[in-house]
Amino acid sequence: MTILNFNLNSIQYWQTLPPDWPGEFWWHWLVFTVIIIGFVLLLVMGFIYIERRGMGRMQARLGPNRTGPFGLLQPVADAIKILLKEDIVPTKADKLVHWLAPVIAFAPVLMVFAVVPFQNGAVLADLNIGILYVVAISSVTTVGIFMAGWGSSNKYSLLGAMRSVAAVVSYEIPLVLTIASVVLIVGSLSLNQIVLAQDIPFILLQPLGFLLYFIAGCAEINRSPFDLFEADSEIVAGFHTEYSGMKFALFYLAEYAEALAISAIITTLFLAGWRGPLLPPWLWFTLKVIIVFFVMVWTRTTLPRVRIDQLMALAWKFLLPLALINLLITGIEVLTLPAALPWVMILANFAIMVLLVLLWSKFFRLGGGRVEV
Amino acid sequence: MALRTEPFVLNVGPVHPSTHGVFRMRATLDGEVIVNIEPVFGYLHRGIEKLAEERTYSGIIPLTDRLDYLASMSNNLAYVLAVEKLAEIEVPERAEYLRVIMVELQRIASHLIGVGSFLNDCGAFFTPFLYMFREREKVVDMLDMVSGQRLTYNYMRIGGVSQDIPDEFLPALDKFLKQMPGFIDEYDQLLKENEILLARAKGVGILPKELAINISASGPVLRGSGVKWDIRKADPYSVYDRFEFDIPTGTVGDCYDRYRVRVEEMRQSLRIIKQAMEQLPPGAVRSEVPHLLRPPVGEAYGHIESPKGELGFYLVSDNSIAPYRCHIRAPSLINLTALRDMMIGWKIADAIIIFGSIDVCMGEIDR
Amino acid sequence: MKFERYGIGIAKGLRVTIKHLFHHPVTVQYPEQRLNPSRRTRGNELIWDRTKCTGCATCAKTCPQGVIKIITSVSTEENKYVVEKFEVDTGYCIFCGLCVEACPYEALFMGYAYERAKYRRGELVQANEMLGASPERRPSGYMHPEIAAQLPRQTLLLERITEEE
Repeated sequence: MTILNFNLNSIQYWQTLPPDWPGEFWWHWLVFTVIIIGFVLLLVMGFIYIERRGMGRMQARLGPNRTGPFGLLQPVADAIKILLKEDIVPTKADKLVHWLAPVIAFAPVLMVFAVVPFQNGAVLADLNIGILYVVAISSVTTVGIFMAGWGSSNKYSLLGAMRSVAAVVSYEIPLVLTIASVVLIVGSLSLNQIVLAQDIPFILLQPLGFLLYFIAGCAEINRSPFDLFEADSEIVAGFHTEYSGMKFALFYLAEYAEALAISAIITTLFLAGWRGPLLPPWLWFTLKVIIVFFVMVWTRTTLPRVRIDQLMALAWKFLLPLALINLLITGIEVLTLPAALPWVMILANFAIMVLLVLLWSKFFRLGGGRVEV
Repeated sequence: MALRTEPFVLNVGPVHPSTHGVFRMRATLDGEVIVNIEPVFGYLHRGIEKLAEERTYSGIIPLTDRLDYLASMSNNLAYVLAVEKLAEIEVPERAEYLRVIMVELQRIASHLIGVGSFLNDCGAFFTPFLYMFREREKVVDMLDMVSGQRLTYNYMRIGGVSQDIPDEFLPALDKFLKQMPGFIDEYDQLLKENEILLARAKGVGILPKELAINISASGPVLRGSGVKWDIRKADPYSVYDRFEFDIPTGTVGDCYDRYRVRVEEMRQSLRIIKQAMEQLPPGAVRSEVPHLLRPPVGEAYGHIESPKGELGFYLVSDNSIAPYRCHIRAPSLINLTALRDMMIGWKIADAIIIFGSIDVCMGEIDR
Repeated sequence: MKFERYGIGIAKGLRVTIKHLFHHPVTVQYPEQRLNPSRRTRGNELIWDRTKCTGCATCAKTCPQGVIKIITSVSTEENKYVVEKFEVDTGYCIFCGLCVEACPYEALFMGYAYERAKYRRGELVQANEMLGASPERRPSGYMHPEIAAQLPRQTLLLERITEEE
């Protein structure tokens, strides 16, 4: 009875309060958590569908089209199939770590969405350190991946996990530096504020930043051409070689949820988030997320995989210096030309991007090669 | 303080996504770097050489289909050439031309798979592979039209070919010759200049010229190392001396060169087919050969330039209906000899593409 | 290695794949769409014409796998061999077509069908009447040009693609 009263009270209570901080309203949390989980699961299914169908068409085949209309139910069928499979744990596996790994890999991905605005103020928690929280939380996934690699006591898994850790640690740096240059323009870490500040999408003001973030993001979430944590032609399936059934489903889910998270962050940071004419904001947001993901599918279809040393070289020799220069230039622009016309800035920034990328391409050496043994 | 590290052994195969069959490599790794590699094969051994001793000379032809199952026509040809040499059988002119057309079509089909799976090993997620399968399908369609099967053609016969081509074959071939160059250009657009592929394949897995000759490598592996050696030119069999074509060669001998040599060879094959089609004479396609052939006592070695390299059949006859001994010189096996030299010092990811660039077929290695 | 091409190679590749997104795929959806096999298809069953067979057993001698079994008896009234049993274990058959080629009386044909999976291994061993031709068991034109002329034209991927473009 008391709970019900509390509920009724809280509805009125909520209407008088600003929506950004629900205070003791556990039900705001509940509703948003359910919405987020629903959104993530639904969109992950959509992503799997888009990836398989889009990739199929790009490869001159049809893709799955048997289950349901246009094969729309394929992800559902996949999920049911995977859940019904036997859960195999290798005899020599570190049981606890092996069991815990998928959970640790998946939970943080879901937590990222807590600060992503679907509409003005429609966030689970509008943290004033939103983007910092995203960076911090999303790195935790790596721990899960490494646990999976270590726990399954399989050499392929371990190789994949070690690659993953090395790559994620390196790619966090250009990632954070590009975020910093966006934050520099906005002057706030809150994702909602960042979206509100984008009268012009930041992809135009920060083209180089967008490029770097996209590359680093792809590398961080294990998308081709940087999918060498599970490089199927080299190390079989990388860290999840020994997983099956429900645990594998969690990894699979985590992989696509990560892609969704990165797409959502890119949308929020560079593509003006939920803002857009005519359509409702949440639809704009979803559309943009899907477009960003489609570009990822597109690159995955086309590009070969890089090698681990090339991956590291790309992070430290290409992305990091460019991200630093980008931060410097943004800083100078914000300090000296705060009132410049936007289109002048757009042109200037695009010119700077082309110049820098050309220059770096000219002098950049991946290095690496045969090691004398 | 130096970290104490220890090499560990990784079993790549026998069941692995990119060992092209059931090949196994025991790789000793130091981190990701290969310290030692030990190829293990024999998982697909069917004893074809021994089986051949039990069969009639024409009954061996279906067996040869199962050697390099991606290039059955070439295997057929190498075998029948050896038997014809052994029994001194004349082959009608038209049959010779048909053989050349079929074998060159087969070369295109085999190289499509070789290049496609090499690019797939590089990590291009099935896109080049499926594009190339699409084109291979067209070749297979045509070979199916002629021989009645899609993989194990069993088309060549001692003293000719089994049947003449159907009427709809030449128009289809003509259409194929018109389409194919465009598709090869498309593949080149897709990945030839791709920076990631260049980074992965250029300078990786170098097989020096001297080593390539010393291990008696052949085919695209040898030509990739810059040796201009092609049995079609060096020791022309069938009617190859009547066609004009170039031998594409690489310069360095790395994976990229081998890949390019294969793509260029497809263009050259199209050239040969075009000439053969124009010169195709009318006439019989099969000379009279006794049903149970008993070649005179002796031995013969017939070799051809198969898609994978020099494929040779060495036959010894004791004047019975079955060969006394049949030895197969399989190019894939001999090209694999340099595996260790090519792989050591490279990373495990490179090992996969080096293996892919040799383009082996397990059916031929284990026989 | 360096990026001296400034990513132009990557851009070219991306162009090819996105172009394919708008092309028609080449997939054939099998149970609904069926392609005509080659007129010379060596399909997965053997067809035997009892009336033409003289029981000479050339096919059995030619078969590299030794899957053809013929049992004949001598009929003195008609002065010929009577085939009592003609048995083929299609499980061992490799469909090389050498028997069809060897038969001097044109009594053997390869099958035109390609959907002849069996549920029991025993069904793979076929003998006598089971090997006869029927509307479901059509002979293919392998080594029999007169039959090939009556069969439908083979569907070629080559032609399908050109027609669409």
